[in-house]
Amino acid sequence: MDFLTLLQVLDTSVRLATPLLLACLAGLYSERSGVVDIGLEGKMLAAAFFSAAVAFYSGSAWVGLLAGVGASVALAVIHGLASVTFRGNQLISGVAINFLAAGMTVLVAQSWFRQGGRTPPLEGDARFNPIELPFAIGPKDAEAAGKPLSQMISEAGPLQQFYSELISGHSSLVYLALLTVPLTWWLLFRTRFGLRLRAVGENPAAVDTAGVSVVWLRYAAVLICGVLCGVAGAYLSSALQAGFVKDMTAGRGFIALAALIFAKWRPVYALWACLLFGLFQALELRPDIIENVSGIKVQVQLLGALPYILTVVILAGFVGKAIPPKASAEPYIKER
Amino acid sequence: MTAPAIELKGISKAFGPVQANKDISISVQPGTIHGIIGENGAGKSTLMSILYGFYKADAGEIFIKGQKTLIPDSQAAIRAGIGMVFQHFKLVENFTVLENIILGAEDGAMLNSSLGNARKELKHLAEEYGLNVDPDEVIENLSVGHQQRVEILKALYRKAEILILDEPTGVLTPAEADQLFRILDRLREEGKTIILITHKLREIMEYTDTVSVMRRGEMTATVKTAETSPEHLAELMVGRKVLLRVDKKPAEPGATVLDIKGLRVVDEAGVERVKGIDLTVRAGEIVGIAGVAGNGQSELLEVLGGFADGTGTITMNGAEIPLSGHGADGQARRAAGISHVPEDRQREGLIMEFAAWENTVFGYHHSPEIQNGLLMDNKGIYTEAEAKMQRFDVRPPDPKLAAKNFSGGNQQKIVLAREIERNPDLLLIGQPTRGVDIGAIEFIHQQVVNLRDQGKAILLVSVELEEILSLADRVVVMFDGHITGERDAAQTNEKELGLLMAGITDTSAVANGNGGNDTTQQEVPADG
Repeated sequence: MDFLTLLQVLDTSVRLATPLLLACLAGLYSERSGVVDIGLEGKMLAAAFFSAAVAFYSGSAWVGLLAGVGASVALAVIHGLASVTFRGNQLISGVAINFLAAGMTVLVAQSWFRQGGRTPPLEGDARFNPIELPFAIGPKDAEAAGKPLSQMISEAGPLQQFYSELISGHSSLVYLALLTVPLTWWLLFRTRFGLRLRAVGENPAAVDTAGVSVVWLRYAAVLICGVLCGVAGAYLSSALQAGFVKDMTAGRGFIALAALIFAKWRPVYALWACLLFGLFQALELRPDIIENVSGIKVQVQLLGALPYILTVVILAGFVGKAIPPKASAEPYIKER
Repeated sequence: MTAPAIELKGISKAFGPVQANKDISISVQPGTIHGIIGENGAGKSTLMSILYGFYKADAGEIFIKGQKTLIPDSQAAIRAGIGMVFQHFKLVENFTVLENIILGAEDGAMLNSSLGNARKELKHLAEEYGLNVDPDEVIENLSVGHQQRVEILKALYRKAEILILDEPTGVLTPAEADQLFRILDRLREEGKTIILITHKLREIMEYTDTVSVMRRGEMTATVKTAETSPEHLAELMVGRKVLLRVDKKPAEPGATVLDIKGLRVVDEAGVERVKGIDLTVRAGEIVGIAGVAGNGQSELLEVLGGFADGTGTITMNGAEIPLSGHGADGQARRAAGISHVPEDRQREGLIMEFAAWENTVFGYHHSPEIQNGLLMDNKGIYTEAEAKMQRFDVRPPDPKLAAKNFSGGNQQKIVLAREIERNPDLLLIGQPTRGVDIGAIEFIHQQVVNLRDQGKAILLVSVELEEILSLADRVVVMFDGHITGERDAAQTNEKELGLLMAGITDTSAVANGNGGNDTTQQEVPADG
């Protein structure tokens, strides 16, 4: 495998890792506050549809993003009501949200667009288009030189290849997702909000007796989770692909949860976990590469299952134990 | 006279039909230690929760330093200078001491400056009150005594003038408890006001200036501690005369019933909790195992009860019983003549959601006398449960009521009725009176002594030294999985046992005087 192919695989990994990363960080906020959220999948799906639909009507990907975030936050509020206000079972609420989103998106899509549960393809500004970083070789340079882009890149030096192929040329949401990682780290470990958020997921009684509202902290976390899931969903339908199709999240919400466990609920580890799982997904698309490199024919399905297998290994404690926030999944009830 | 630090006037609070606090008035002078004593469910905790803003009183007023103060939430209580140390610590276990202290009392949105300031303040508090704790240590690595200090520091960091401590010594060794009271003394000297909630008469008598007694939601009396006696307080608490010492005649031990040799127990995390102990219990004697919680006593009971594995040999009436694999379960143990009243009655002794009558047969479902062909004889069980509840004075005597609706003492009586009436050769009993009212303690102790007098062997595990001393005939002390000493209960004292509980085996300095060193040596009557 040559250097350029490697770069191409890594480039795809980053694209595929982005929705995982956003969803994973979304789950991180929620679970760090003690609210388990298996409804990441549903929130992403709802956001994917509404952002694509609104982007189609408005012609602006950013307006679409807002709509997607709005849809996701609406579902997050339902989850908050069920699990924080009414102290219900968080798993059941999450499952319900997944079913709701799976059915609702297709139903509304059919009723609005009559294209078999999908949105029309998005074009131009209705999509998040790749951003050309300064000094990178992009389509415009290729046009100016009168050569195909692939030829220009293959003729460039390795550093320029690395920069143009892997670093440059992603949509703004990819860079936004990457920036969310240090931001989350800083928020969690350097601010008052972060301290309280971590505390409420470990021992809500400590937060309550300190005179801080458990309910509002958990709502804040659930809402942040909604926003990030919304961005993840919008990315799927208006950046990674051009339009919404039925069940387009394809289990990414669950892979993100697996990544969260794999990352032991830490933001920087979450980045690595999601990149790794993104790489698996990228290789799933290019099984020929593995065959060329190792000489072994690998079943594509095995790659798809790898994130889950790794998570089970982590949960079994083989690679250092993954200890979830102590109060997660437990509604807080003031004791008598 | 200065204004009282706290004055409550006519506080009432009802939870549904239950009147938890009824027209309570109390006045606490600044710079004193004020004890509040009462049985479980007497309303002490409710009253303190109202003072700390957890509940809103239905009626009544609160005055702090003579000023009428509204306390709608904990934040308001903290602002009013009230700090609370709960019985179950409210600490975040994987946070450092410093993080726990600033939680909710940060200086601003960024942590760094808060942490820096707290570090300085902590050093200052440590010097002033002798409250030394490493600020960067993670809570779960601290001993229980140090965790409690963090709770006190939390309150002081929030400038508390009034400190409420709810059952603070329940989890401490005697030495740690002494240290706590030294700290409280120091705080009092500095002018802080301390409210001490406890059910231990000894602590009230030794450390408080005034004491208020609560019974069934009412304040029955407030007296100067110097002018009262334990017997009088107990009577005020229960509403009748109570026997504080267990009334029993000397033991007449018979043949060895239980014989443990070289028992080792490794827990799920791979930590060895019992490190090779030898122990015998004879018919007609009560052997008490003293020790601070978590030194291997629970694991010992679990192996004997058949729900943990161990290695070594244990014989019961001369026959060896298996310690792991097939035949090492509760069913087999009961068949071997062992009954078990577990330490955690709500988790291991009862199913809280099930009715009392169902709870009276758990573990004995296979007994032939409650079978009715293929089915269980539910009617028979119910009638028998009714009779059992009468005999053991369970209140209310309603077999249909779910176990969770009984008070701690009555839950324990249900477990006792089930286990004792099976007529075991050996009764294992863990923390028999944890969370049990004084009135019920007397009854439970009497039942255990009666069983002994019928010639049964009893192995008692308790973290309450007073209980061990008054109930047991022979005391064995466990520390860090080892037995550090064995004493005749009649010839030892709390100080000596306290040293053994801390792993110090040289107790000659504090042993009872009569007979010098000899009496501290083990006094095991010869096998009869």
